[in-house]
Amino acid sequence: MSGKKSEGKQSMPELAPEERIHSFDEVPLGYTPEMAVAEAKRCLQCKRPLCVEGCPVFVQIPEFIQLIAERKFTEAARMIKQTNAFPAICGRVCPQETQCEIKCVLGKRGEPIAIGRLERFAADWELQHNEVEPPERPEATGHSVAVVGSGPGGMAAAADLAMWGHDVTIYELFHAAGGVLRYGIPRFRLPREILDAELDYLTKLGVMLRTNFVVGQTATIDDLLEEHDAVFVATGAGLPRFLEIPGENMLGVYSANEFLTRVNLMRADRFPDYHTPVHCGANVIVIGGGNVAMDAARTARRLGSENVTVLYRRTRKEMPAREEEIEHAEQEGVQMHFLASPIEIEGDEEGWARSITCQQMELGEPDESGRRSPVPIEGETFTIEADTVIVAIGSHAHPLVPETTPDLEVSHRGYVAIDDTGATSKDGVFAGGDIVTGAATVIEAMGAGRRAAESIHRYLTDEDPPNGMSRSD
Amino acid sequence: MNEIVDREEIAPDTWRYVVRAPEIARRREAGQFVVLRVYDRGERFPLTVVDSDPDEGTIELIFQAVGTSTRMLAQMHEGDQILDLVGPLGRPTHIDKFGRCVVMGGGYGMAPVIPIARALKAAGNEIVGINGARSADQVILTERMEEICDRVEICTDDGSAGHKGFVTDVLQQMIEDGEQIDFVLAIGPTPMMRAVAELTRPHAIKTVVSLNPIMVDGTGMCGGCRVEVAGETKFACIEGPEFDAHEVDFDMLMKRQQMYSDMEGEARRMFKPHSTPLGKEEHPGCHCCEEDDNER
Ligand SMILES: Cc1cc2nc3c(=O)[nH]c(=O)nc-3n(C[C@H](O)[C@H](O)[C@H](O)COP(=O)(O)OP(=O)(O)OC[C@H]3O[C@@H](n4cnc5c(N)ncnc54)[C@H](O)[C@@H]3O)c2cc1C
Ligand SMILES: Cc1cc2nc3c(=O)[nH]c(=O)nc-3n(C[C@H](O)[C@H](O)[C@H](O)COP(=O)(O)OP(=O)(O)OC[C@H]3O[C@@H](n4cnc5c(N)ncnc54)[C@H](O)[C@@H]3O)c2cc1C
Ligand code: FES
Repeated sequence: MSGKKSEGKQSMPELAPEERIHSFDEVPLGYTPEMAVAEAKRCLQCKRPLCVEGCPVFVQIPEFIQLIAERKFTEAARMIKQTNAFPAICGRVCPQETQCEIKCVLGKRGEPIAIGRLERFAADWELQHNEVEPPERPEATGHSVAVVGSGPGGMAAAADLAMWGHDVTIYELFHAAGGVLRYGIPRFRLPREILDAELDYLTKLGVMLRTNFVVGQTATIDDLLEEHDAVFVATGAGLPRFLEIPGENMLGVYSANEFLTRVNLMRADRFPDYHTPVHCGANVIVIGGGNVAMDAARTARRLGSENVTVLYRRTRKEMPAREEEIEHAEQEGVQMHFLASPIEIEGDEEGWARSITCQQMELGEPDESGRRSPVPIEGETFTIEADTVIVAIGSHAHPLVPETTPDLEVSHRGYVAIDDTGATSKDGVFAGGDIVTGAATVIEAMGAGRRAAESIHRYLTDEDPPNGMSRSD
Repeated sequence: MNEIVDREEIAPDTWRYVVRAPEIARRREAGQFVVLRVYDRGERFPLTVVDSDPDEGTIELIFQAVGTSTRMLAQMHEGDQILDLVGPLGRPTHIDKFGRCVVMGGGYGMAPVIPIARALKAAGNEIVGINGARSADQVILTERMEEICDRVEICTDDGSAGHKGFVTDVLQQMIEDGEQIDFVLAIGPTPMMRAVAELTRPHAIKTVVSLNPIMVDGTGMCGGCRVEVAGETKFACIEGPEFDAHEVDFDMLMKRQQMYSDMEGEARRMFKPHSTPLGKEEHPGCHCCEEDDNER
């Protein structure tokens, strides 16, 4: 453990890197009550808290931090849950450094308050002390809503709708719920007990879950509308993108989705006790610079690969991954190779990938995202060994629902089009999360889910929900 | 849910299961498949829906017990429930009035041929079936083929039933005899499908194959099932599984199917019928660790 007191925020104890790579145990170990109280006491309790403006679901941040300072930990968790039903997840995976914490006044001169860590602390406390109690539900409204997809968007919408007395059924194509939280984000960042507990909370709210149900195949949206009064589509952006370079279909080349699904959902790390295998050679190349690439690289280290290298076409500064993830990856021995853009994967007789050839890049003018864009340096290429290649360059909208719902309008590249209430072109059908925005964040999907839940409530009852998000504006 | 209502060994190691799955039974069309998981540590694997009875709410699966997952499935009992069953998946077969169609299956491939043959017949085509297997005891579904097809040819590698030789030998003879063939459907081991493609290519006979790459989710989310067709990468689970045989890169498909062959061997060695390394209590739903009361 390496937690020591710092001038700024309370640092979080972490599993040592050499221990980490032999297990899938969670890396940050969480605050002790003393650390949490000390950190909470740093909060200035601003009258007009800027941090709340940075939060897509407007968590009542100063209020819950005050409760922690008063050692009312369970009360703190319940305060968060008034606007975010899943604080144990968000406390772990939200990019607080670009949302709430970046707005913290303390950050101007020193370090901002560790809002994420405190959120996680309060939520874990409530879970560990078995104090999770679902809020009382009002009388049933008699309305029924189908939620398609059990990722964070679907989970958040389902929680609100259930709390307002509607009958909610979530339809999920996989055999387990959670979306990316289940198949994508590794357990060393989000332990499955935490995810299961948060899903259990949904069940306690009365939400029904139908797994192994592919909307668009097992039933269409129109079929669902015969049984339900409204539908919320939160099917995510789960379709992996490939590079479209020669050799990409060689053996040993995976999409990050497949690689992570095999390990996270199917437990290939425990093959043959679990029957799903995964190939992870001595030389692993991960292509991409986001959280997904970091997760794949860190997973490969844990599967025993000695040389794990992330290839990214820009530099460290432009990497979209969270700083914390990049640091963790580096601590765990993941190497970073910048300004490299793959152009071909070479293989052997049997079709196995053996090496990858890259174009050397340099940084040019900023692109529309404001980051300097990579441009090839003419004639400069290099080749490195690679027996496993993991492609983590993004994803596309899941096409099954749009393809089978002819009157559902899509915008660019197959993403579902909505208005600012979350309504789609089809009456009674709402959408949100990655299927609308393209790959974004857990909390943005949850925010979209909550906004759509409000609109669905209005659509069904012609009334504002008792405690919608708009209240906390 | 997913209760096994009937099961029968129709040939050595080849099983026919009838499973309760009303939603799938109602919607599935020829050419579609399901993905199953037999127990909580099991793999997800695909099987074609051979037939369905929407009134009874059941689907029919026919599979060969070749490895860990299929053997575990083969050891379940009537009344047991399959842990996970999802579908129908994949695109339905494009059915048209082609004229005179030859439908051919090798080994378990005969099973997926049945629903397509039936749909082709219903669309007004004349159907010739070629039913191939290694030897007489492995010839399956002959009666059903005879029911659907206008003519059925049987062949075995060892000549113990029907013609001696491969399904391609029978097809070649038909071509040489100048028989009219407007459409060929071939499903079976990849080398067989490739041989059929090579045979019909010079005659420009429209030929469709159903590919069986390794799959995980079966819904487009992993890309593990990718195949190359006309030089383009396709996800077989959502863009297939049927493709134009003359455009498929069979060589790549065969290689990709071998991706886990070393590990599958390992898993199979760990998996001894009726005694798994996991112990009884960890094996719900599947009776493979219980008393020896079934065939294997
Ligand atoms: C590896 C990885 C790491 C990430 N790390 C972070 C992070 O640290 N922090 C962060 O904020 N964000 C992270 N993200 C992004 C974040 O996870 C997503 O933005 C978020 O999960 C989107 O939520 P969603 O509910 O819209 O969709 P998803 O989470 O994708 O869930 C969609 C669900 O719908 C199901 N589905 C799809 N189609 C159908 C259908 N037709 N019928 C039934 N079910 C269907 C899918 O199986 C899935 O379960 C990460 C993403 C990945 C892939
Ligand atoms: C669309 C489709 C439809 C199919 N329909 C049928 C059917 O109706 N009847 C039938 O008997 N078989 C069918 N198969 C093949 C069947 O899925 C495999 O035989 C089965 O997965 C083998 O698993 P195993 O663990 O028993 O064997 P293993 O020992 O794991 O493997 C045996 C062989 O099966 C293949 N295989 C392994 N895992 C998978 C997987 N997850 N997905 C696909 N192939 C795999 C490999 O090429 C391997 O060489 C179909 C396959 C596909 C893709
Ligand atoms: S099986 Fe995963 S994409 Fe086809």
